[in-house]
Amino acid sequence: MPVQVNGEVLSLRRIGGYHAMTVVAPGIAETAKPGQFVTVAVGGPDTGMLMRRSFSIHQVHERGVYGGTVEFVFAVVGRGTRWLAERQPHEPIDIVGPLGRPFSLPREPATCVLVGGGYGTAPLFPLAEALRARGCRVDFVMGAAREDKLFGALDAKRISATLSVTTDDGSVGLHGRVSDALPGVLTASNADVVYACGPMGMLRAVSEICVDAGIPCQIAVEELMACGIGVCMTCVLPVVGDDGQTRMVRSCVEGPVFHAERVRFDDIGTIPADAVGAPEAVR
Amino acid sequence: MTTMTVRASEPERVPSPDIDMSTRLGGFELPNPVLTASGCAAAGQELAQFFDVAKIGGVVTKSIMLRPRSGRATPRMAETPSGMLNSIGLQGPGIDAFLDKDLPWLVERGARAVVSIAGGSVDEFAKLAARLRDAGGASMIEVNISCPNVEDRGQVFACDPRAAADVVQAVRRATDPGVPVFAKLSPDVTDIVAIARSCVNAGADGLSMTNTLLGLVIDTDTMRPVLAGVTGGLSGPAIRPVALRCVWQAHAALPDVPILGMGGIRTGLDALQFVLAGASAVSVGTATFHDPSAPLRVLRELRQALAERGFERFSDAVGRAHLA
Repeated sequence: MPVQVNGEVLSLRRIGGYHAMTVVAPGIAETAKPGQFVTVAVGGPDTGMLMRRSFSIHQVHERGVYGGTVEFVFAVVGRGTRWLAERQPHEPIDIVGPLGRPFSLPREPATCVLVGGGYGTAPLFPLAEALRARGCRVDFVMGAAREDKLFGALDAKRISATLSVTTDDGSVGLHGRVSDALPGVLTASNADVVYACGPMGMLRAVSEICVDAGIPCQIAVEELMACGIGVCMTCVLPVVGDDGQTRMVRSCVEGPVFHAERVRFDDIGTIPADAVGAPEAVR
Repeated sequence: MTTMTVRASEPERVPSPDIDMSTRLGGFELPNPVLTASGCAAAGQELAQFFDVAKIGGVVTKSIMLRPRSGRATPRMAETPSGMLNSIGLQGPGIDAFLDKDLPWLVERGARAVVSIAGGSVDEFAKLAARLRDAGGASMIEVNISCPNVEDRGQVFACDPRAAADVVQAVRRATDPGVPVFAKLSPDVTDIVAIARSCVNAGADGLSMTNTLLGLVIDTDTMRPVLAGVTGGLSGPAIRPVALRCVWQAHAALPDVPILGMGGIRTGLDALQFVLAGASAVSVGTATFHDPSAPLRVLRELRQALAERGFERFSDAVGRAHLA
């Protein structure tokens, strides 16, 4: 059950090209699960920016000195995130969470490959902790456009059996995409399951590899959201349900985690003609 | 319900001022005048995680159609200065699922359900009204004749007095006589009073004013419209003066017709402006995306604002700005 908390900024630090904000947010930290996200209001009480910004949860501490804290990672891409990056400790921040469906974890110890693009790696760290606590092996694959857009490589090295790094410009690691490194990692680790988070293009490539290899894959999408709680219907994408029917589902409440083979990547940005409730003219 | 809303709970330590907040929308009696706005609250269940939806005047549902509808392609939303542009396209489960799950949920919670209905033809509207009559449970019907996000702009009944009247009349005839029918009007017309008058003459018990304004945002990087649907409905505080002007004009021309006012209400003082202009109740819409407990907060702030101005009854403030 999500809660709305008048939280307090505990710290804001720069990590490479990103910012990580830790917020004292009692009620969120205690129930958050890996893959879930928070939304924050930006711009202050009289802001003209009405859309809450959504960020996947990077770390939670249930019992900090000041109460439960939650940390999220962001890049400055516009006015809202610029405002966030200018916050100081002890300032108030309106935060809602935990939101969305978390990653589901294997019941038995398994070998898990975690794939992240850019700061899409952020939610994979609490996931890796939860997997390791269950006796799972974790292999990490992370990629970004260039070195300073990688997030958490040192931490990933510490918690994973192997770490593979790719950059589009070759500034560090393999010159290429995570999808170039992934097949080798799947084979070498004898992977049972893959978890991925990042831009849609990356998720699509990872999903195709996993579907071809017959390896179950869960992806966490980063769709544009307005409300984050399921009322605005902005963040929909075509997903195949248990009954085989395609529906335009909300990534904020039915997601952000989906089974990769259920997402119709080819049809994102359209209403597939066979979707439930598609316009009759094109059916 | 274990919702902990730190901000929302704080003011409850202060005793709320003793004001009679009850109001009426036609035959619909409400304990207080703040409702959700259609399309900004789904059917109440999501918001119930943040506040008790039975505590506000009513839940106005997302517009219900006869059949399930997938809506328009994404992107569906663009943030704009003090507002947003949306092109959802009435995505929803259809009347069967609504009557099966959503309406009973609202009734069980003790929430007052204002059911918004939308259709592509007069006949569809009439069928929806008949289904609601047979099912019972709706406290009021809001007839959405003004959604801008339809493929054919000719479907915007609220842009034509005759078309608007045809829909209203069909719904009024098919609805339980005890359930008020409100026509939801578009601000995108030359003479909103003419449309309002036409709806009232056709049997509307009241007016919901207003829906979004048709707008456009272009991405200067791709040099294409941001929304897949190209145009969308503009909402939020940016449109408040326009919506308020519409309420003012309608109340001036038709002082006995109850108005449910909406358009950019974010605070209690925003709500008070609509009340003073002639609204007997208000809907809080886009603000809910920014603050999921906004409807309950606006109610609290409105009560406080009325107390500060010496009102003992909410109803005494309705239309007050028209007094010389």
